[in-house]
Amino acid sequence: MPTVSVKRDLLFHALGRTYTDEEFDELCFEFGLELDEITSEKDIISREQGDTKAEGASDVILYKIDVPANRYDLLCLEGLVRGLQVFKQKMEAPRYRRVSPASSEPQRLVITEETTAVRPHAVAAVLRNITFTQERYDSFIELQEKLHQNVCRKRTLVAIGTHDLDTISGPFTYTAKPPGDIRFKPLNQAKEYTAQELMSLYKTDSHLRHYLHIIEDEAVYPVIYDSNGIVLSMPPIINGDHSKISLNTKNVFIECTATDLTKAKIVLDMMVTMFCEYCEEPFTVEEAEVVYPDGRTCQYPVLYPLTITLHESTEHIAQLLTKMCLRSEVMSDGEQIEVEIPPTRSDVIHACDIMEDAAMAYGFNNIPRTTPRTYTIANQLPLNKLSELLRQDLAAAGFTEALTFALCSQEDIADKLLKNISETRACRISNPKTAEFQVARTTLLSGLLKTVAANRKMPLPLRLFEISDVVLKDESKDVGARNNRRLCAVYYNKSPGFEVIHGLMDRVMQLLEIKPGQGNGYHIQAADDSTFFPGRCAEIFACGKSIGRLGVLHPDVINRFELTMPCSALDIDIEHFL
Amino acid sequence: CIPVLSTYPILKTLLQRVEKVDGGLDSQDVATSLGVDHQAIVGAVKSLQALGDVISAEQRSSKHWELTGEGCEIAEQGSHEARVVSSIPEEGMPQSQLMKLAFGKVGFSKAMSNKWIRLDKGHEGGPRIFKTVERLEDLVRDKLLLVQKGQASQLEEKEKNELKKRKLLSEVTVKSYWITKGSCFSTTITKQETELTPEMIASGSWKEKKFKPYNFEAMGVALDCGHLHPLMKVRTQFRQIFLEMGFTEMPTNNFIESSFWNFDSLFQPQQHPARDQHDTFFLSDPAQAHEFPQDYLERVRKVHSEGGFGSQGYKYDWKIEEAQKNILRTHTTAVSARMLYKLAQQEKFTPVKYFSIDRVFRNETLDATHLAEFHQIEGVVADFGLTLGDLMGILHQFFNKLGITKLRFKPAYNPYTEPSMEVFSYHEGLKKWVEVGNSGMFRPEMLLPMGLPEGVTVIAWGLSLERPTMIKYGINNIRELVGHKVNLQMVYDSPVCRLDS
Repeated sequence: MPTVSVKRDLLFHALGRTYTDEEFDELCFEFGLELDEITSEKDIISREQGDTKAEGASDVILYKIDVPANRYDLLCLEGLVRGLQVFKQKMEAPRYRRVSPASSEPQRLVITEETTAVRPHAVAAVLRNITFTQERYDSFIELQEKLHQNVCRKRTLVAIGTHDLDTISGPFTYTAKPPGDIRFKPLNQAKEYTAQELMSLYKTDSHLRHYLHIIEDEAVYPVIYDSNGIVLSMPPIINGDHSKISLNTKNVFIECTATDLTKAKIVLDMMVTMFCEYCEEPFTVEEAEVVYPDGRTCQYPVLYPLTITLHESTEHIAQLLTKMCLRSEVMSDGEQIEVEIPPTRSDVIHACDIMEDAAMAYGFNNIPRTTPRTYTIANQLPLNKLSELLRQDLAAAGFTEALTFALCSQEDIADKLLKNISETRACRISNPKTAEFQVARTTLLSGLLKTVAANRKMPLPLRLFEISDVVLKDESKDVGARNNRRLCAVYYNKSPGFEVIHGLMDRVMQLLEIKPGQGNGYHIQAADDSTFFPGRCAEIFACGKSIGRLGVLHPDVINRFELTMPCSALDIDIEHFL
Repeated sequence: CIPVLSTYPILKTLLQRVEKVDGGLDSQDVATSLGVDHQAIVGAVKSLQALGDVISAEQRSSKHWELTGEGCEIAEQGSHEARVVSSIPEEGMPQSQLMKLAFGKVGFSKAMSNKWIRLDKGHEGGPRIFKTVERLEDLVRDKLLLVQKGQASQLEEKEKNELKKRKLLSEVTVKSYWITKGSCFSTTITKQETELTPEMIASGSWKEKKFKPYNFEAMGVALDCGHLHPLMKVRTQFRQIFLEMGFTEMPTNNFIESSFWNFDSLFQPQQHPARDQHDTFFLSDPAQAHEFPQDYLERVRKVHSEGGFGSQGYKYDWKIEEAQKNILRTHTTAVSARMLYKLAQQEKFTPVKYFSIDRVFRNETLDATHLAEFHQIEGVVADFGLTLGDLMGILHQFFNKLGITKLRFKPAYNPYTEPSMEVFSYHEGLKKWVEVGNSGMFRPEMLLPMGLPEGVTVIAWGLSLERPTMIKYGINNIRELVGHKVNLQMVYDSPVCRLDS
């Protein structure tokens, strides 16, 4: 969930009134936001870097507000204020208009064939006669960053470039070139670099280094030139210094390059709708024309409202929706409502999204609570029912339940149990952050032994059990793997206590109504298993099928789990008893 | 313990003395009058107390004057000054010789100031001392003898303090017992039995025996028993609640899931951050799922990339390769999706209520409240015409069973539910609203491609099992609750789980 940080007093000024912290928190709650923190720059610096560093920092109060991940229109002060003002019925939702330039052709952005290989889409627009102040400028820069982090998926899907239109001249060309052939002075640098040099320069840049991978291994890098060969930007990495915007910029050229065209359109709409209120003619955006390699042209930004028809009929719903920036009208048949979705509400894609807004405007907590009359009979999953019953009786038998992780290291299920990983049928994780998450466990034994190791100070004997799932590769399943419910128990004491673990196995069989004996009964017979001490391991057979093992653990296993006492163990598959 | 025989005489004497007095006795006085060490009497008192209510003894403390070592010496041999006088013969004694005596120095100056002796400095052969009195009254010794006889009260406070200043007396606090008859007072001592035995029951001899009283202050013996894990005890309770509410348990025993069922079927777009390497565990072996219901998969592809079922869709290039990627499921909603798809394949739709409580996995940054795996509790109801009011109503009933009555709902965002609501409850301890779960109505883009009839709505909610358990048992770090590093003592000590109390 993205967090937007706004200056409280600026926010209240824009909202036309002040709130107590509690009142504002309440307003946020109703509107689906969360007032996460009340702080100041000074507080933040002093918390992160100490009081001395914080001296002299601003103590203007900041509200940090959590915004739902799909509401890109609430990521800056301008959008938040607009949303809340309309919600409180203090203003009407604006209608955004795309206009043609008064006295000239629209700006053109020509996309060349070369971009197809690396970043094929681009859209553009112009904010004409805009007036920046320091606060507006800061918010403009901040919104780009917020969009980059969220909907742009860290610039992989979309990258935004904003330029002072008066320093460049169209038509602009969006192309792609080998890195050695691109050379320009990047934003806030003193000299020119080739693209190759830039990539190594930014390797150490704490901010930009995170984006290098997007194009680093490509044969050609995307680049935008003006008609005089000046570089506007090398997306998605950096803009040129030449066209950078300042507080005095009057006309802004905005381009978005992308790998996902839908997202590029959304991002451009967000940039222009949020800031066109500062244009000479508020809520208008000057169009730009994008020319595709095949000669097709397209005008941006899209800005056209989407119309969705609701099969609902009350006037009241229409009023509620208007409160949420959704202009709504009951249609002439009186049975339906036509709702106009502004370009700021890219999150609305279905009638159900609109109904949610209606519910929010009404107030979730004002909706009468009812009880569904859905009549059903409960059923337990037989496997879980059996597990629950056995857990109770294992505890009654004097064993204590452990709860261990389903993920572990390869070493835990193989080397430490003196097994070869290839015989384990283990499922392997491709992106573990640490060795603890290399594989899904194939046995409960290692988790129990690690629990014993962490509790060596407890009085002996330790008697532990766990009934839970392990995961095994299984070609017959759609995903190629399946869970397997196991019962595992260990007895750890000064003597191995094979008779205790054997007694527990007898008890489990008794609980499952299986009598000792061959055929339909159960019996154990000597088995070889590297985890166990030679001659001290037996395989368990029930109803003619092998269901598990029991025995005294191999001294090397004891050592590898950093234990010191003899230990016996029982491990059975309980799915046979369903 | 049974008093050893050697202490019997003193026990008997003590009991006889107690019998004779009307009120009670002070153990200190008994010791003095018997001429035995006070500790011996204290021992006797303890032994008698252990026999039951033979005597009652109340501890008291009193202040008491005692001679110091030097004081004892004076009581025995006289004060230093008196000894000086008595050691001087008629013809006198050289001063140097007197000073060699142990009591010489102190005695000399005191005797001088008492004018009991005189010093002839000009005597031939050096300064010489002569007696000036024949008889003297050694008051210091007399006073000390009084104290020694226990008659310190005859002295005035001033006198005692003077002697204290001379380090001849000291004031000590004496602990003693005030001994009176108990309700079972007797001067004969019978041996007490510690425990009832089978022989006593058989012979009836228990009727004549006296039994040593139990110490009810002590703890019982720690039992040698097995225990259930507290998180699993809470799981059992949640299962019970769902069963009471008529919910059927879903088969969630499949930790490995395809991205298709975990994300795509829930209308979660392929570029969604939750599908990132940073958030989800992907599998390298088995890396891909290989079987999907083909016509359903096609409908899912279409609703993502082109829209349909009344939706604009996400309008992106949906890739089967992304859907095939195997992961460790990030939520049990993947199983809900499979169950709802299965339900949609029934000839005729029947309403269902489903639940599950099982493990889910997140490749997240770990901290005091986040682990890479945790248990998700999920409830799902599918029926014709369920409303947001129904969802809030059923959440009220569910949380009521947990003892949570004050609920409110906050609009939220979740890719597969619309509307989505976060559930907050008022925490009486923290005096604020805290999030206790998430809920919503599944999107039509999820339900309609499955083939569920139009008009069927599905309400669902979820919460983690660990969080309420940590609150219930007052645990701040999740590692103290889950995993192999937990202290088994915590498991041994954990109480039964009643969520509503």
